[in-house]
Amino acid sequence: MTIEFNNETFRGDFTFSNSQRAIERFPFPFHEDKYMYAVNLEPHVAFRPGSVFEQPFDVDEHYVGEMNDRALVLNEDPLRCQSLPHMNIAGWDLLELIMTSKAASYPQWFELHQDGDRWHWINRPLGIDDTFTFMDNATLPYGPMEYILRQTQGDFAVLDQRENNLWMDAGMITTQADWSLDFDLGMNFMEWHGPVPLAHEMGIFDRALKFLLNVRQGQPARRLNWTMTVNPRLDTSPENYHKWGSDRMTVNADNVGELMHLRVELQSFWRLPRSNALVFPIRCFLISLQDLATVPKWGRRFHRVIRDLPNELADYKGLTITRPYVIEYMSQFDDGAETSPGIFAD
Amino acid sequence: MATKAHAPTTMIEVEVVAITVVSDIIKRFRFEPVDGQPLPVFGGGAHVVVEMQDGDTQRRNPYSIVSPPGTTDHYAVSVRRDDVGRGGSLYMHNSLQVGDRLFISHPVNLFPIDHRARKHLLIAGGIGITPFLSMMAQLEAEESHFELHLSVRSDGGFLDEIHEHYGKRGSFYRDDRGEVLPLAALLAGQPLGTHLYVCGPEGMLNWVLKSAHDAGWPSQNVHYERFLAPPIGTPYEVLLAVSNITVKVSAQQSMLEAIEAAGIDAPYMCRGGACGQCETKVLSFDGELLHNDHFLTDDEHAGGQKIMPCVSRFQGRELVLER
Amino acid sequence: MLVEGIKSRPVYKPFEPVPGTLHLFVADAEGAEAILDFAPKTPEGFFDRSHILYVPRGAAGVGYEDQLRALKPAAMYVGPTIAAALPRVTKELTDAHMGTQLYLAGTEGLIGQAMAIALEAGIDQGSIQREHRGSEERRVQCVHCKGITENVTTQPVKCTHCGLMLLVRDHYSRRLGAFQGVCIDAEQPGTAPEPEEAF
Repeated sequence: MTIEFNNETFRGDFTFSNSQRAIERFPFPFHEDKYMYAVNLEPHVAFRPGSVFEQPFDVDEHYVGEMNDRALVLNEDPLRCQSLPHMNIAGWDLLELIMTSKAASYPQWFELHQDGDRWHWINRPLGIDDTFTFMDNATLPYGPMEYILRQTQGDFAVLDQRENNLWMDAGMITTQADWSLDFDLGMNFMEWHGPVPLAHEMGIFDRALKFLLNVRQGQPARRLNWTMTVNPRLDTSPENYHKWGSDRMTVNADNVGELMHLRVELQSFWRLPRSNALVFPIRCFLISLQDLATVPKWGRRFHRVIRDLPNELADYKGLTITRPYVIEYMSQFDDGAETSPGIFAD
Repeated sequence: MATKAHAPTTMIEVEVVAITVVSDIIKRFRFEPVDGQPLPVFGGGAHVVVEMQDGDTQRRNPYSIVSPPGTTDHYAVSVRRDDVGRGGSLYMHNSLQVGDRLFISHPVNLFPIDHRARKHLLIAGGIGITPFLSMMAQLEAEESHFELHLSVRSDGGFLDEIHEHYGKRGSFYRDDRGEVLPLAALLAGQPLGTHLYVCGPEGMLNWVLKSAHDAGWPSQNVHYERFLAPPIGTPYEVLLAVSNITVKVSAQQSMLEAIEAAGIDAPYMCRGGACGQCETKVLSFDGELLHNDHFLTDDEHAGGQKIMPCVSRFQGRELVLER
Repeated sequence: MLVEGIKSRPVYKPFEPVPGTLHLFVADAEGAEAILDFAPKTPEGFFDRSHILYVPRGAAGVGYEDQLRALKPAAMYVGPTIAAALPRVTKELTDAHMGTQLYLAGTEGLIGQAMAIALEAGIDQGSIQREHRGSEERRVQCVHCKGITENVTTQPVKCTHCGLMLLVRDHYSRRLGAFQGVCIDAEQPGTAPEPEEAF
């Protein structure tokens, strides 16, 4: 452990916390005082140094803690990481993408030395120093996708592109909000989005699919999504729902600021070269309401967004029971003043 | 790498370092990056769009990459000279010299390998062999089970190279020797899980696709790439409503090229009427839309509300597009 | 009537004749009717190139075996249970060629299991037709323990493996051939409603 990385838990005693820097760079997702679905895709290019949008794959103070939690999840349930046989090449494509990106973004933490197909990878924060042969599964302790994703923050869905559709044929899903990789593995874009309320009728998925099918090499895209979680719990999987579901009943007016967390997903979309697959990283950021409220603009805006959210969306975003507490708590930070457009703090 | 941000794609500057005669009508061009950085890795079947300045005309033609997917110090493309075409291949054959520089797009793959296949059956006609060269290199590197059946007029210049690399996996059928590709037998004898890939002249492509359908092959197992160049036609004008300008499309120019020449940023990917990326809304027209694409449905063609400017044309008094 | 509008579920519709070198039918119970209704639409000699695998499953399937044999398929197998029939599906497909067409008819459980086996054996989605007949009972995968509970007709249902009370969602996995079941009283254990007939 170094000063740079927190020693924290995302279960049990929940010692997770955000430093001041983490709060300031939190990707607040609301650019206006209300929320409705939108495709809201933009090019994933470097933007605002210091922000979560600066690097292709952001690494922050939660890196080590998140990877430890992932290892625990996989220990208990190996089905959270699966790859259908034909996705092996995509796994190698992804390993190459992440290793080359991180070695360039954070040379103090990651190094990649390539001598033909003999590669040497150093991951200092996790104490990893491995040599292997690129494209030879036997030279890694896990399949290539699992190997690199045990070292990368965020869930990842690796999608095969065929028949003008995208197919969820591989993934590492340990921090998901309410869907099961084991169940959705093999589904196409429309099928795995089946349960999402309202969006189908709005044509959101048709437009999103068309865009994603045309994402090309060298031109990744990104968007933000959000939900709410009780406690800074990463593993809010349906698999363990019967274990964490009762968390929701523990929220009351006194503890809502501390227990309720806004959970933002920074999603990106990358075309992989050899396999022509599309990889979909879903990077998760958590912030408690009380920390969120320390940023005045966000305190005001978040109150308004939750207060005016359509009911079907509130259910889908995990707010059915706790919504009244959230609104009540956040109202103390909303003096009715105008808020500036855009997501960044003033 | 040396790039220019040229919407809608980022282009890579390359130099022509070698031009090789493959046959009486085919030449192979070797491109190396000007800045010496590795070119992007790609998947077998991919193409690049080559942008060339032919006097006043800017041309953008897609060509399959024929060099192996793992090779990053150069790309090679093979171009068939078309004496009655719009001039892109003629420019490359007759005008382009070693040492010239031009821009290429990042690789785009609209004809990828389907890795679910237990066996890959490749059927090519003439210059349709080009996407299969990089595909076979990848299939071999991945130790996949494949065979190539190539139909040619005479020795088109690829046969020796293929035979040398792939031996018995490549079968050839020469017109000039009266040899015919045994399509029915091939289609009947494949194990379940075989995928068919076909690329070649329009007539041959349609014959293979229909035969596969009639033999009970599901469309999910049949992959194809058409080399459709924008056809020549009569000149006309197009009003671009969003940009508020009128564009003249000449006989040799595609609508997309005319729009680009006017400085408008229009999306594209295959430039051959197959991928759908350039789809544009037709706001109104007085005349006839001449659809040449394979992307829109028959209903959409008849509906008059959409057009694919990369290959389709217009005849009449007025055409207004949402661009 | 099956619940409509479930995006993850296959579309079931009456069989249509398609070109093919071998036509393989797998059916349970009233699924036999789908084959019998289809027969008049088929071209001359169609059943010379057809195999039928049929699982009567008790009362619902009485009387169909003879009617199916009367179609004179090239081969016919009648099995006692779906589980007993499935290895034969695998064997048929292992030696099959491209041009083989698969027709699945009957309960969603039969269709789902046969389809999963068939895809594993190498046939492509595009060569499979599915027609639903008879019971609307569901197979349900418990998302918690991954066990599959068969012949589900109630909402909610008790997982026959781990005992949790499951909400039977309208989300279907083609790969597993089952609907998703999620613990219905996770937030307040012990408050699950009484099961009621629903499917």
